[in-house]
Amino acid sequence: MRSSVRFLLGDEQRELTDIDPTMTVLRYLREFEGRVGSKEGCAEGDCGACTVVLAEVGHGAGGDALTYRAVNACIQFLPTLDGKQLLTVEDLKSADGALHPVQQSMVDNHGSQCGFCTPGFVMSLHALYQQGGSQDRLEIDNALAGNLCRCTGYGPIVAAARAMTEYDAPAPGGLPEAEVIAQLKDWQVGDGVSLDWQGRKYFAPRTTEALAAIYKHHTEANILAGGTDIGLWVTKQHRRLQTVIYIGEVEDLNNLEVVDGVLRIGAGVTYEKAITTINEHFPEFGEIMRRIGSRQIRNVGTIGGNVANGSPIGDSPPALIALGARLVLRCGPDSREMALEDFFVDYGNQDRQPGEFVERIDVPLAASDQMFRCYKISKRFDQDISAALGAFAVTLNDDGNVADARICFGGMAATPKRAAATEAALLGKPWTEATVLAAAGQMTNDYTPLTDMRASADYRMKVAQNLLTKFWLETTEESLESRLVGVAVNG
Amino acid sequence: MDDVVATEMKQADIRGRVGKSHIHDSAAKHVAGEATYIDDIPVPQNCLHMIAAMSQRAHAKIKKLDVSKVRTAPGVALVLTANDLPGVNDISPTGTKDEPVLAEGKVHFHGQPIFAVAADTIDLARAAAKLAEVEYEDLEPLVTVEAALAADEKVLPTEVLTCGDPAAGLEVAPHRRQGKVRLGGQEHFYLEGHVSLAVPQEDGDVLVHCSTQHPSEVQHNVAHVLGRPNNAVTVEVRRMGGGFGGKETQGAQWAALAAVTAVTTGRPAKFCLDRDDDMIMTGKRHDFIADYDVGYDDDGRILALDVMLAARCGFSADLSGAIADRAMFHIDNGYYLSDLKVTSHRSRTNTVSNCAFRGFGGPQGMVVIERIIDDIASVLQKEPLDVRKANLYGGEGRNVTPYQMTVEDNELPEMIAMLEQTSDYAARKKEIADYNATSRIIKRGIAMTPVKFGISFTTTFLNQAGALIHLYTDGSVHLNHGGTEMGQGLFLKVAQVVAQEFSIDIDNIKISATNTGKVPNTSATAASSGTDMNGMAAQAAARTLKQRLIAFATEHYDVAESDVVFSANKVRVGEQSFSFAELVNQAYLNRIQLSATGFYKTPKIHYDRETFSGRPFLYFAYGVAVSEVKIDTLTGETRTTRVDILHDVGSSLNPAIDEGQIEGGFIQGMGWLTSEELVYADDGRLLTHAPSTYKIPACADRPEEFNLKLWPKGRNREETIHRSKAVGEPPLMLAISVHHAIAEAVGCVGAPGHIVALDAPATPECVLDAVDRARASMTSGEKPS
Repeated sequence: MRSSVRFLLGDEQRELTDIDPTMTVLRYLREFEGRVGSKEGCAEGDCGACTVVLAEVGHGAGGDALTYRAVNACIQFLPTLDGKQLLTVEDLKSADGALHPVQQSMVDNHGSQCGFCTPGFVMSLHALYQQGGSQDRLEIDNALAGNLCRCTGYGPIVAAARAMTEYDAPAPGGLPEAEVIAQLKDWQVGDGVSLDWQGRKYFAPRTTEALAAIYKHHTEANILAGGTDIGLWVTKQHRRLQTVIYIGEVEDLNNLEVVDGVLRIGAGVTYEKAITTINEHFPEFGEIMRRIGSRQIRNVGTIGGNVANGSPIGDSPPALIALGARLVLRCGPDSREMALEDFFVDYGNQDRQPGEFVERIDVPLAASDQMFRCYKISKRFDQDISAALGAFAVTLNDDGNVADARICFGGMAATPKRAAATEAALLGKPWTEATVLAAAGQMTNDYTPLTDMRASADYRMKVAQNLLTKFWLETTEESLESRLVGVAVNG
Repeated sequence: MDDVVATEMKQADIRGRVGKSHIHDSAAKHVAGEATYIDDIPVPQNCLHMIAAMSQRAHAKIKKLDVSKVRTAPGVALVLTANDLPGVNDISPTGTKDEPVLAEGKVHFHGQPIFAVAADTIDLARAAAKLAEVEYEDLEPLVTVEAALAADEKVLPTEVLTCGDPAAGLEVAPHRRQGKVRLGGQEHFYLEGHVSLAVPQEDGDVLVHCSTQHPSEVQHNVAHVLGRPNNAVTVEVRRMGGGFGGKETQGAQWAALAAVTAVTTGRPAKFCLDRDDDMIMTGKRHDFIADYDVGYDDDGRILALDVMLAARCGFSADLSGAIADRAMFHIDNGYYLSDLKVTSHRSRTNTVSNCAFRGFGGPQGMVVIERIIDDIASVLQKEPLDVRKANLYGGEGRNVTPYQMTVEDNELPEMIAMLEQTSDYAARKKEIADYNATSRIIKRGIAMTPVKFGISFTTTFLNQAGALIHLYTDGSVHLNHGGTEMGQGLFLKVAQVVAQEFSIDIDNIKISATNTGKVPNTSATAASSGTDMNGMAAQAAARTLKQRLIAFATEHYDVAESDVVFSANKVRVGEQSFSFAELVNQAYLNRIQLSATGFYKTPKIHYDRETFSGRPFLYFAYGVAVSEVKIDTLTGETRTTRVDILHDVGSSLNPAIDEGQIEGGFIQGMGWLTSEELVYADDGRLLTHAPSTYKIPACADRPEEFNLKLWPKGRNREETIHRSKAVGEPPLMLAISVHHAIAEAVGCVGAPGHIVALDAPATPECVLDAVDRARASMTSGEKPS
């Protein structure tokens, strides 16, 4: 494995050998490259002031093309840039000093006031611009949900987003795209990266076999996927991670495919990659995914990581458990499989052996008569951690009685947990308000939620019970308006 | 001035003219990442990086503080405890002497700095700080305002404002009701946290780059902590990444610690707070509780009111006195209150000392009176807007505030009428009622609320400002004044004023960093007064210079004064025409002084703090907003769908900048009243100290429809800079309409006459509780009082 990290910083090649493997990209830019345009606003991926864009070679219909992703530099570890092009706000002006259309549109629409969040907005908009831009409110909100502005109230920035595609294309300058592609492809050969810095190690293998072998040997390692959680161990808890194994370059973990009626989600698949497919099969889950983190988070964060870290407030596990997902774990050459709900043993405790890692999540495609809804409850709709998240899957038999019920909540217990008593109270009963109210009464036997800064225990319980009612209303009343965001598929 | 001159003036146009929209002077730098903030200033290699070690108790005696292992840790250059400060250990802004730089003997809140570490890197500083040995002897902490009230703990004495005879009025009023409001605080969440970079100078002097709205106060505080005269310290700030009041007093601590380090070690020192440290260690908007007793008639007109306001001040006074005063001054909002008693408690709690925040107590006062009006409307089952109208200030007999200032330009009745029409209020209200009758889960609400906000520092002596202008021989202009730029466009507006005076393109004017060495003894850029005061001071300086140029030209070319006309980058002198640069250069060659200062003090204001009477404000800024919301009655979630605003900025200096302030202020106010919740644990720890747990509005939270109009008749009757009005704070309070729209939506599930009593912030939990109370009223047969 190569003991250096190679990437393009704008048009310039960088090859780094002597680097702290958990140094953030933001720190590198500001302290080592003198690129201070990217700002630190929170150091946890929540404000977007550090947003930069990563360009990678993708395979489109017309052959190789660059894809552009906005990411938070504040929690992105430097070695993960290997084989990519990093673009910062300093790269956008053309050679003659003219502002890029994204920048000019921001200026003309009064999109900046104090200006501190502005470079981050510009880069999020730049990623949107590279994808062709959009006039759609939801599309623009999705592109900007990860960028906080405290001055403008966002209106002028959205106006800039709408107008940016009306400007003349930027003057060609810098490295032509074809050369960038050629350079990045040239760097892609080989079996990955292995760094050793002051006794601390970093591995970026390219195959599952290599990953399994390295992890078996380094059971102390932390598996790094998007780093949207692990990044904060470094920036917030100031932990020194001894060994990090990055799985973002493992190609077969990046598979997303339907096999025999089962959607297989590789552990390295990002939310953003999965969202189109998830929307196709489970639009309710897709809407939850749209609200997980922000575009920057979803561009790097993985469903596998959301499962593997075992958080009681991860948003995908409740939905996956309600859908009957199964988990595939890998240790060395061996794999084993279990129902996803069995993986979560207790707070901070998952059924995972040393050297064992999440390889895949299998989600059976639902039968057409399954009723399925997800609800995310938080103080803010976008980029907020749930106070509670409920997922409901119910199937009725021909008599209109409940044949199958899977209800799972996050935020209500020490792990994502099914509502066993509530489910039992539904089974075999007619799908009526009386049944639902009686079952909701059982939730106090299923859950003893906590009070914290997101909500009180009372609220959590009340809203969980109300969500069952909402689920019932949405599945029984036609043309009922029942959501403030997202689209409920009623009736 | 003759017609020829008037025509010349009219024809002449310049870039950056007053009254025209003009882009922010730094916009092109903002978008390119080229605008320099203090953390971006290149520092010498030997710069020290600092952190503060925080108290782990909300209230305790420090039994032991041993930092010897910290001092010897790798990379550590200096450790500062209270004993290591050369001057006084106090940075209280108003002389209360209750705010130590570093805790001494006792700690008063969880997170209070107890010592500071300066090391070669921030990582080394952080690691070293963990080596300290600290032992506490716990004392009982007062975490809530209620607890402080019960213990009668205050940072300043209770104040009472009385007018008329409220006790008698309450006795005889046809209706009477008592109620309670709780409203939360607010974190500023400026995107740039507090930061200071101190660079040592000769003679033990120091230059401090500080992200502050108040460079002079930082200068003075740094000097005190150093034990040096003020002239040993220079403070400079080019721009802040947001301020919102949070950088009015809160920057001094970090500036002082960095300065002491720089002077002691001879090395530059940077103190850059990360987000969590900033949110834990620096103050916020005061949360309030209010108890009220109101008497009113059948029309909902308030006859008498007795209000108790209690503010969470935190452990020290900071600006709490003036903030609580402003809450008292705004308990009337736009309404005439003939018989009123306001009792204002300034409660001491073992939490961070709260400080200025956009509105400065005004919003809290207004929320209380607006809630009282809604209660009255609920009980009487009247349209809330009708009750509001019935209570507005009017003509003679209804135009004097509780503090005995006459409301001379009561614009609200006319503005309300206009917005009622343009927002289609009545028809929408009816359509919403129809919708709510059939919609089972989602309910909608609409509300209109007004804003009347007093402009001037209530501390009269602060209403002064200075400016400095140099003309160089090539006609370029250097502009400096005491105001600071935090994104609000102050520097641009003042430059527009100067461009207009000289009739030159704004590009010729160099906007420069605020620096205590250029303009001394300045007031904070606060109280929305930045443009009013610094614009006038700069205008005065420009007029002095212009007068000198006119006098020179008059004498040199032997023409009448009226024959020297500045117009569109040119100066006509009799029959000749010069470029502005040519005339300036000629003046130089003839030994005319080309540098001038300007000064302004706000006229007319006076105020007796003993009796709470006088004219604390030069004028009022007005605005009206209609907000429409949707709520989910099963979850308590809310969404603001449409907002219509009519706001009075007088004659706008720059409509685009003003509209930016209004829209941004509104959304910030909406956040305060909906999603932004500060949560303290029982032991006094702040639990919401990062954006992951503290939720300011995000892009998708802005209303789907946002209609904003400047009041077309706006023209300040007072002689402010080009008859404009201040715009920084007032729009924030337009967002109170969102809160009332939510309450309106909640109320529709309750019995007629049910009082919703929605507190703030209206989080989903708060709203769902209100929904449940409303639903309960349908069965309980609750009777309105």
